[in-house]
Amino acid sequence: MNLFLFAAQLLNGLLDGFYYLLIALGLSLIFSLGGIVNLAHGAFYALGAYLAFLLTPYLGFFPVLVVVPLLVAGLGMVTERLLFTRFYKADPLYSLLLTFGLAMVIEQALRWYFGASPQAYSMPSVLTGQVFLGDFVYSRYRLFQIAVAIAVVAAVWVLLNRTAFGRIVRAGIQNPDILGAMGISLRPYLSAVAGIGMGLAGLAGVLMAPIYPVHPAMGAEILTAAFVVVVIGGLGSFWGVVVAALLVGLVKGFMIAIGQSAMSMAAIYLLMFVVLLLRPRGLMGERILRFE
Amino acid sequence: MFHHRRLLAATTALTLGAALLPLGAFAQDDGPIRIGHLTPRTGFLGPLGEYAVMAADLAAEEINAAGGINGRMIEVIKEDSVNPQTASTKAERMIERDNVVAIVGEISSASALTISQVTDRAKRPFLNTGANSDTLRGDDCKRFMFHVETQNAMYVNAEGQYLQSEGLVDGKNWYLLTADYAFGHDLLNAAKVFLDRTNGNIAGDDLVPTDATDFSSYLLKVREAKPDVVVSNLAGTQITSFLKQYTEFGLEAPVGGFGFDTASAWAAGGDNFKGTWPTVWTHQVDTERSQEFVKAFTDKYGKPPENQAFGDYTAMHILAQAIGAVGTDGEALVGYLENPENTFDVMKSRPAYFNPKNHQLMQEVYTITALPPGEQPNQWDIFTTSAPVPAPDQPLETLIEAAVGGECSFAG
Repeated sequence: MNLFLFAAQLLNGLLDGFYYLLIALGLSLIFSLGGIVNLAHGAFYALGAYLAFLLTPYLGFFPVLVVVPLLVAGLGMVTERLLFTRFYKADPLYSLLLTFGLAMVIEQALRWYFGASPQAYSMPSVLTGQVFLGDFVYSRYRLFQIAVAIAVVAAVWVLLNRTAFGRIVRAGIQNPDILGAMGISLRPYLSAVAGIGMGLAGLAGVLMAPIYPVHPAMGAEILTAAFVVVVIGGLGSFWGVVVAALLVGLVKGFMIAIGQSAMSMAAIYLLMFVVLLLRPRGLMGERILRFE
Repeated sequence: MFHHRRLLAATTALTLGAALLPLGAFAQDDGPIRIGHLTPRTGFLGPLGEYAVMAADLAAEEINAAGGINGRMIEVIKEDSVNPQTASTKAERMIERDNVVAIVGEISSASALTISQVTDRAKRPFLNTGANSDTLRGDDCKRFMFHVETQNAMYVNAEGQYLQSEGLVDGKNWYLLTADYAFGHDLLNAAKVFLDRTNGNIAGDDLVPTDATDFSSYLLKVREAKPDVVVSNLAGTQITSFLKQYTEFGLEAPVGGFGFDTASAWAAGGDNFKGTWPTVWTHQVDTERSQEFVKAFTDKYGKPPENQAFGDYTAMHILAQAIGAVGTDGEALVGYLENPENTFDVMKSRPAYFNPKNHQLMQEVYTITALPPGEQPNQWDIFTTSAPVPAPDQPLETLIEAAVGGECSFAG
């Protein structure tokens, strides 16, 4: 295989990493702040894709790209208010059971209403076609997708690191008790973070609908890989999740490039295994007292 | 972090709970005839399993509406087979606790194998409606297992004949993408034997994990290899992912495949579906009986039946015919089914029969060809269906030439 193709494969692997990033980032945020392992996160990704399928005929793709993540974020905040709030102080096992059940309810509801067969969803015609960069040919839609993902991830970074909102969220991740002692209630922040996290999952759902099958189990499909990214990246670290997502994409692309595609998923788990063995906190995980 | 041990315990409990969902009541001899229906309803084969269940329900309704079998109603006990281990456990329970006279269903070749081991021990027929692996008809064949679904070799021959007629085999380069499990491996072997026999070359071949949704890395390799044909040995939702992204990456080589489901074409949508693919049956098959089935199915479920629906619908009617003739005893049923004198109306232009050597239902197959986006009358008719293969003057046996699964002996 020539060097050029190899480089193209690695670049494609990096780009593939964005697929995991949008899901894993929300998962990590919700867990870091509230301690809830949201097993229903994939289900909100599926909801995003199905809402896109439902609404695109009326609104068109680009409005849907804005409206659906907001709708899913709203659903996420409602879920947080009605369900998650009861479990922040409880044993993590309970919230695990809760979100596992919620994921099943959402998946089965989609299956009951839409059927198990994937729904046909085509990409907007302005984004079809390919982009030629010398010998490297790439899908125009994917470049658009990545541009949206980068913009959104950058926006989340600014929100967390350059605003008063972000300061409180970061303080809440480190030490909620001190924050409480200073008279700041975390409740609205917990809701907002759940909304942002699940809204990101919903956005991923809309972005993936044109290229992946839209079917009820799509959430379960992505969830395990997203967890792997969070574990590799480390809790509480924004950049940890970003680096881990790109790394996972890279490793997967590398395995396929060298002709070991059957091992491409296994390699990701092996990567997690090695990281856990050498650095249990994850690549860039911060030391968070209440999780130690 | 978490309490790991408790987490593990809870996860185990959840998994167990899913496997032990309660079944129907205990068996009674004078009650209805119980038939077990076991097929994957979740996972990457779930969309096909849903059609299987709808078709089995419809067939049972029809059989009961016509007065049952010799006056006895049938009752279908339905379960999600999930994976090979769970499939075997559930088959065992259907037989031990519900006393089903036969099991119908399955799509995964790996699960069909474990079910057939259980049914052979219990001496109850198992009518496989969706698993294609040649090995199930060869080295792993079982006396109590009958295959309503066509086997890989039949698809390879049907699709191969088409590709040959298009001049895409002799001296041409193929790129093969293969689902990484029993079905795909088996199909890859069959394809390689076909290429050896017909002087075709392999430009590249990759195994694709069944949970993979992104094909971009594969498509970059395909583009680099510049094949004359891209052939898919993929399965379930993989085919949909592949078709959508093949269009997305603008690859030009003709596409075909040896394994296919019309649900995958419908899910990819008219903009993305391309190529020519083999199939056991489609809703376009132009016989009176097929069109009656399509109408009944569409009236009941609001959409036309997929080819998986054909398998389970036909299997239920074949089983009903056999029970009507010889009763519910397992040995008697095997004797009836494997006798090639006993033919079955499978809604095609000629009747079908089971090959006594390996219990494969000998029947016509078809190829479907994508219509260009502008010429599709509706969301279902995005392809056309060929005339039956083989041609009317050819015997059905031509379809099983060069099967690669080994020799069947019912001793094992």
